[in-house]
Amino acid sequence: MEGISRPIKRFDFDDKMSGTALYCADVTLDGMLYAKTLRSVKARAAILSITVPPLPEGYWIVDANDIPGKNVVPIVSEDQPFFAKGAVKYIGEPILLVVGPDKQTVVDLLERIRVAYEEVRPVLSIAEAEQVRENFIFGDTPYFFAYEYAKGDLSEAAGRAVRVFEDEFETGYQEQAYLETQGIIAVYENGRVTVSGAMQCPYYIRDALIQALGWPEERVRVVQLPTGGGFGGKEEYPSLPAVHAALAAVKTGRPVQLVFDRQEDILCTTKRHPAVIRLRSHVDGNNRIIGREIDIAIDAGAYAGLSGVVLQRMMFAANGVYDVPHLKVRGKAYATNNVVSGAMRGFGGPQAAFAVEMHMENIARALRLDSFAFRQRHFLHTGDTSSTGGLFLHDIKLDEIAAEIDRISGYRNKRTVPRPKGKGKIRGIGCAFFFHGCGFTGSGEESLIKTRVRLRKCPGNTVHIFVSNTEIGQGVLTTLRKIVAQALDVPVETVKQTYPDTDDCPNSGPTVASRTIMIVGKVLLDAALDMKKRWHEKEFEIVRAYEYPGNLRWDNARFQGNAYPEYSWGANVVEVDMDPATCEVTVTGVWAVYDIGTPIDKTIVRGQIEGGIAQGLAYACMEVLTSENGMLRQTNLADYTLPTSLDFPRIEYRLIENPFSDGPFGARGVGELTLIGAAPALALAVQQAVGRGVTRLPVTPESILEMMDRDD
Amino acid sequence: MIDITFGLNGETITITTHPLRRLLDVLRDDLRLTGTKEGCGEGECGACAVLLDGRLVNSCLVPAIHLEGRSVMTIEGYRKTERFSVLSEAFARTGSVQCGFCTPGMVMAAEALLRDNPHPTEEEVREGLSGNLCRCTGYSMIVEAILLAAREGEGLWSMPSDR
Ligand code: FES
Ligand code: FES
Repeated sequence: MEGISRPIKRFDFDDKMSGTALYCADVTLDGMLYAKTLRSVKARAAILSITVPPLPEGYWIVDANDIPGKNVVPIVSEDQPFFAKGAVKYIGEPILLVVGPDKQTVVDLLERIRVAYEEVRPVLSIAEAEQVRENFIFGDTPYFFAYEYAKGDLSEAAGRAVRVFEDEFETGYQEQAYLETQGIIAVYENGRVTVSGAMQCPYYIRDALIQALGWPEERVRVVQLPTGGGFGGKEEYPSLPAVHAALAAVKTGRPVQLVFDRQEDILCTTKRHPAVIRLRSHVDGNNRIIGREIDIAIDAGAYAGLSGVVLQRMMFAANGVYDVPHLKVRGKAYATNNVVSGAMRGFGGPQAAFAVEMHMENIARALRLDSFAFRQRHFLHTGDTSSTGGLFLHDIKLDEIAAEIDRISGYRNKRTVPRPKGKGKIRGIGCAFFFHGCGFTGSGEESLIKTRVRLRKCPGNTVHIFVSNTEIGQGVLTTLRKIVAQALDVPVETVKQTYPDTDDCPNSGPTVASRTIMIVGKVLLDAALDMKKRWHEKEFEIVRAYEYPGNLRWDNARFQGNAYPEYSWGANVVEVDMDPATCEVTVTGVWAVYDIGTPIDKTIVRGQIEGGIAQGLAYACMEVLTSENGMLRQTNLADYTLPTSLDFPRIEYRLIENPFSDGPFGARGVGELTLIGAAPALALAVQQAVGRGVTRLPVTPESILEMMDRDD
Repeated sequence: MIDITFGLNGETITITTHPLRRLLDVLRDDLRLTGTKEGCGEGECGACAVLLDGRLVNSCLVPAIHLEGRSVMTIEGYRKTERFSVLSEAFARTGSVQCGFCTPGMVMAAEALLRDNPHPTEEEVREGLSGNLCRCTGYSMIVEAILLAAREGEGLWSMPSDR
């Protein structure tokens, strides 16, 4: 492996280890006020009146009337208000803030505010949304987004097929459950507002502030503080508390801190989308899948948010790592009065991978074929086209990945060993193959984000990196320095980088979509190479923008071409024991193989792998999050159970050598990939143990019991 | 409001507070010791873990009145010890810190574990950390760090402790 892969001590290590890193809630400023949010307790209602008790001196209410600009979150569809006005669409929707110097008094005041609602019949699930014909939540359709795309000629394939297989799968919510809840501090000083706190995307927040305040960008500054995890949950959501706190700071003239408590955080922030995925595959006389129809429905919740982009990713991933020449893929993101769904690590990928991997297995079983070999026979290869018809330009090493996962896990051998009968635990083993597109859809990195980075050479031969990418635990303050240091051939300690600040960091895009290393890292590498040529100069700057590679193409209107600049690939095997008496599932073994190109720091990559797999396994079998009448039923960490150190065994993993020529030192994306394959691998293991088809995530003892009672 | 006298990181202090005020708030809000984190406020996450008379407790569940005459160790005190240095080295080498929000609590849990059991097995380490949630790492690296610290810090935890 390259020298760059050699682990170094993280630059953010000492502060975090010693407890001196100051997260949002750790900061106290002179004269700082505390804010709490009054939230809707109705899933759908008109607000008739709001009665506020008399406020003691120094206490304030901040609501929609305090918004000088537009009361609309600037995101794909502009439908979501910063503060509800006149109506609410989900439980947890923000209505107003109470702000004041004493936390307890703020809470007491909040509890004494009375809101008179007139309830409207809510839409509470995908199934209900499909039936809606009037009183739409959004525009004049029951959905926010409806897309479709095709490849080849499905009807021709259907005509040739000798067998057809159909499956339907369902997945539930997942909560990001970053350990630090949402938190923002806003300061208003000299006509400028500065917002700092927990976030993934400083420029999303900046744009939200500009829109809400109606101010020019010079009057707005956003600074990231050490952030206790994100996983997508601090992608688009923090724009709400950021604007709220900023409005409060402007109104009161004092610094305002807005930190969520855990219940509030679970109740009202974005979640992974629940999905229903139907697949129908047409198989020819040679047991080859020649055509496939895929239908996807996701619960977007009350506002459009990022659901369109999540839906696209799910649709582009829904055919998995397989070459199926004729495809038709449709998707709808339904509007409901549930909590708003949004970004979470994987961004539609985990649902898609679960559905297609279960479906592949089911087809192989029905055809009495070895499912491992069946899937191998359908693997994508270099030179094939993706489901959107984009040519795969770079080496696809799925065959090596398959061989390696089988070698380290003994999957095929274990899979065929007969299940022990009678008393005792029943073993099952499952294997999943998967991929993840790195970076923004299509040419978005150039056309939407306009990624730019800045490097400064300072006297004394230090180099400063200026990017907007945030350190959320994934190691960006270390890995980007390593890339620049290696390119310049200077000691990594001489390269400086701080938490991003929009005052001096250009917009290098959000910290999402497994893009930071592959996209931003590459632009930084190029900037560093430019810098190297002028190294004899004492002090200067290099600014570079991302350029869309000339060998890629994307038609966003028809979803045709290279859906992503590049992909990372992987396989997971999960082994379980199922207790037939209690239906409890214990994970007894986890194996993983990835092709992420060159790892930029093997230890940081290990962290991404082990953390991502744990989240994926828990998504599959622990993290139950359900909505009843628009109210989430699990609103604390006792009911929403996260994995502990006891839940999963050690993971054995390998990386395939396959440097990516367009990535920095050969690197591709890693952050999301690692979450994606764990759920299907686990579900397939349970399916083998139980001997019945798993159709729903998460699998729980209750759902297994139901499966056992079903006679199929 | 009552006066409470207790040991904090090796010093004796007296505070005037409400008897039911959470130790977590005493530390973070009243004494500005913010190394101890709040992740849930309900005893589920361990981010607020500190040592109370050498035992691991979730400070969000400890009312101030329970502190009288007892001694509290937080990350601010613990980070000055040699044991912390050994743990820090091990956490760094294994990549046990990502977002860092669970870290101070994890460190206190590690200390509680090792002072009880200087030579733990992997299962014992996993058991000892089971009250501390980490969303980033998947735990194995932290488990490895503690096993490593137990080896590298040979003798440090078997000596009579400094409580
Ligand atoms: S904050 Fe005390 S256990 Fe979570
Ligand atoms: S390092 Fe983020 S929660 Fe443990």
